[in-house]
Amino acid sequence: MTAAGESYQLYVDGFPRAVVGAELGDSLLSVLRDTLGVTSVKDACEQGRCGACSVLLDGRLAASCTVLAADADGARVVTVAGLGAVGLARAVRAMFLAEGAVQCGFCTPGFVVAVTDLLTRRPDADDEEIREALAGNICRCTGYGRILAAIRAVQRERGILPSLEESRARPDGG
Amino acid sequence: MRHGIGQSVRRPDGPAKVNGAFRYAGDLRVPGMLHGRTLRSPHPRARIVRIDTAAARRLPGVAAVVTAADVPGVATYGLIVADQPVFAAAEARYAGEPVAAVAAIDAATARRALAAIEVDYEPLPAGTDPTRVLDPDAPALHPTGNLYREIDIRHGGIWADGPVAVEDTYRVGMQDQAFLAPEAALVIPAADGGVDLMVATQWLHSDREQVAACLGLPEELVRLTLAGVGGAFGGREDITLQIHGALLARSAQAPIRIAYDRVESFLGHPPRPPARMWFRHTATRAGELVSVRARLVFDGGAYTSSSPAVLANAVTHAAGPYRVAHARLHGVAVRTNNPPCGAMRGFGVPQVTIGHEAQMDRLADALGLDPVELRVRNAVRPGDVLPTGQVLAGPLPARELLHLVAARPLPPPPAAGSELSLPGGLPAGADVRRVRRGIGYALGYKNLLFSEGMDDSAMARVRLDLDEDGSPRVRVHSACAEVGQGFVTVAGQIARTELGVEQVVLAPADTSVGSAGSTSASRQTWMSGGAVRGACVAVADRLLARVARAAGLPARVVEMPRHSLRIVAGEIVGAEAGLRIGLADALSHGPVEAEFTFHHRRTTALDAAGQGDPHVAFAAAAHRAVVDVDLDLGLVRVVSMALAQDCGTVLNPLALRGQVEGGTAQGLGLAVMEELVTDGGRVVNPTFHDYLLPTAADVPELDFVAVTEPQPDAPYGVKGVGETPTCTATPAIVAAIRAAVGRDLRSVPVRPRDLVDLSPSGAVGPAPSGADGPAAGGATPR
Repeated sequence: MTAAGESYQLYVDGFPRAVVGAELGDSLLSVLRDTLGVTSVKDACEQGRCGACSVLLDGRLAASCTVLAADADGARVVTVAGLGAVGLARAVRAMFLAEGAVQCGFCTPGFVVAVTDLLTRRPDADDEEIREALAGNICRCTGYGRILAAIRAVQRERGILPSLEESRARPDGG
Repeated sequence: MRHGIGQSVRRPDGPAKVNGAFRYAGDLRVPGMLHGRTLRSPHPRARIVRIDTAAARRLPGVAAVVTAADVPGVATYGLIVADQPVFAAAEARYAGEPVAAVAAIDAATARRALAAIEVDYEPLPAGTDPTRVLDPDAPALHPTGNLYREIDIRHGGIWADGPVAVEDTYRVGMQDQAFLAPEAALVIPAADGGVDLMVATQWLHSDREQVAACLGLPEELVRLTLAGVGGAFGGREDITLQIHGALLARSAQAPIRIAYDRVESFLGHPPRPPARMWFRHTATRAGELVSVRARLVFDGGAYTSSSPAVLANAVTHAAGPYRVAHARLHGVAVRTNNPPCGAMRGFGVPQVTIGHEAQMDRLADALGLDPVELRVRNAVRPGDVLPTGQVLAGPLPARELLHLVAARPLPPPPAAGSELSLPGGLPAGADVRRVRRGIGYALGYKNLLFSEGMDDSAMARVRLDLDEDGSPRVRVHSACAEVGQGFVTVAGQIARTELGVEQVVLAPADTSVGSAGSTSASRQTWMSGGAVRGACVAVADRLLARVARAAGLPARVVEMPRHSLRIVAGEIVGAEAGLRIGLADALSHGPVEAEFTFHHRRTTALDAAGQGDPHVAFAAAAHRAVVDVDLDLGLVRVVSMALAQDCGTVLNPLALRGQVEGGTAQGLGLAVMEELVTDGGRVVNPTFHDYLLPTAADVPELDFVAVTEPQPDAPYGVKGVGETPTCTATPAIVAAIRAAVGRDLRSVPVRPRDLVDLSPSGAVGPAPSGADGPAAGGATPR
């Protein structure tokens, strides 16, 4: 049932969007996809278990299916489409493609948001930290191997891990 | 050729997928569309006394309500046997069976309309134990009875026995495909009386056939286009919402968006069938396998789906990739009031691989032999006769795989101070002194392509022309469903290699081109890859003949142009004829187009003794798993996985890696966490909160070695690669856990309660009974 007269505003991927006609109990995910038509965020479990709907909410990583949209009144919401084409987000996308981290791709928008967030906060995260941090994002196709390879490739490109040539040159291999 | 076969070419759909711009079926919207929803029976078995939809129809905003009474064509559908009702009519046979569907102006109104439909059910006693539904006094759960199929393979002397014997009963739980994008379609009624569906599926033409039959329409009025597919793994081979959506669209005369949420997805598609399996293996004291006997019960659930074919795979693979002179392999797939089960990656083979590999370990134990050594001694070689009488052809480097995987370096032992890497991670804080390390191996093989005499084929259409800038371009049109596996990448690689043209465009997969068959059974790279290659060769032949004719070359060149002319790097070159012409010039006289239909070699059906030549080809894999188990908490951490796999020629190393890593992870899920649990026929955990899937914290890096012996009768020598590692990952992990805790494990997935002293026997109930089964009392201790 539409809550008559209720409206609020979200800043989605940099643009102000008035939310009209949503129900007060609607999740941010459902408002993004069904009310505003923002399909760059994906719906897979609606329980906060799979991370497909990951967005940055005022700069913090969130599962948009677990956030009440009305509570986010005035918030900045960034989906994968709004992460920008430069800097870290570009590198993450490029390495997801180069390292084969994308198969069906349905988890990819959430992963790109989550990985960009992780490497922003913890650029030098090690393997264990990366695995724990991404344990809220489920991928059913890749078994995660190429996703982790993509993250290491980003870290190499940004000089956090030694390049493959450098690691080969070292006698201990790493 | 740049970006040709053999290279790690990137996905053409990749950029859209990393930007969030790729359109999945659930992302499709058109103005004026209505929202479809399905009403499902809450009862495992019930007579439907009355359905009253009047109140739902009266609700403002409701445009259509349909039930069984509104199906104009055939009332039932199915992949093999059309026994599944579009909507339950007189009787509902599983909890979750569709009873009605509605279309409304928004999702909330559609939900209210479902609640307004009155259905009077009279619950009936449900048959939910697959080992009981064939009892003489068991009620028939369907007019056609409770047996989907029985297969009895008799090979050699069926009562032959060796001096060393092991036997036991194993169970495997119901695994869901859990593809990430729930089912969705956009269905639009057409002015010509037909209907257009944009749907995420594995097999467009099979969907079309079934939708058309139920709608009572000629097939040409039912047109399907593949919408973006977010994973499949077998779970999109059956019809789910296609017919419901089409009925609603025609009833409402408006576009319908119909989409499932996760709960409905779990209930809506057939998962991997659970199995109960008794095995008896005997050997000589020297460790040579003498006989294998097996009795398998596969729970097919309420409707047939692909159960007959799943069972054939299970029974024909039940002895594993081992030479055995004597075998009796018996299996039944039965009807119950559990959810219908069907196709999932591995298609009957993962279950039996779990069984035969547990048996091989116990046989090694009984013989005092190393488990790898026992497998090496008994592994099949090309030329061996399999239990079906089929002579194993083609490469199957089973022993080489075992040697390779056993030689991979082992991880360092569990250590104090690295609690995060112990079972349970933080904050459980496992005590390293109570953690046990185990190592396990599994060897397995799986058939490739469709079996049992089916003349399966795949068609593709290829056109070579000039783009707006006058550059040569290849357009490939195939109905092959891209579900994430990467056919779109490989099709482009093949076209570039065959035609020497870098620019390849893939037309959308739809039913305006001939059938590509199903994206399943590890078949599309071979079948549709073969079709694309064949069409490219035909295009090249036509173009070369045209060039030869125009150049006035002799008739023998025009007739067999490939012998004299070649396409090399954008040019047509004939050294002998002294001809050299740019491809663009040659194409300026018009485009060239050809179609090709690829068939694999013919196989045969099984006879009454289970004998025949049922499978086109096989691929093998060997996994080694290393696990740590917390003896107090029963928690398992898979520390490392190594895989050696029989891959045939590799067309795309990066895509291969993705397939074997993903396949291994799904096998890991089945080993230690994934199970759809039913209670009296009702699924009790149809959510991602309760159905656990492996995460990045659960799946170790895969140490992978490919063996690349070409398959002689496949295009370029390819083998399908996606399914085999799923079959072997699970038993390798279970073997490692068994080694760590020193107890027999008979139930998969392995639960903490199986590892700590809660269920010390680990018994899984009685063995399937039968003529050659155990006399009485279930598992016989050795």
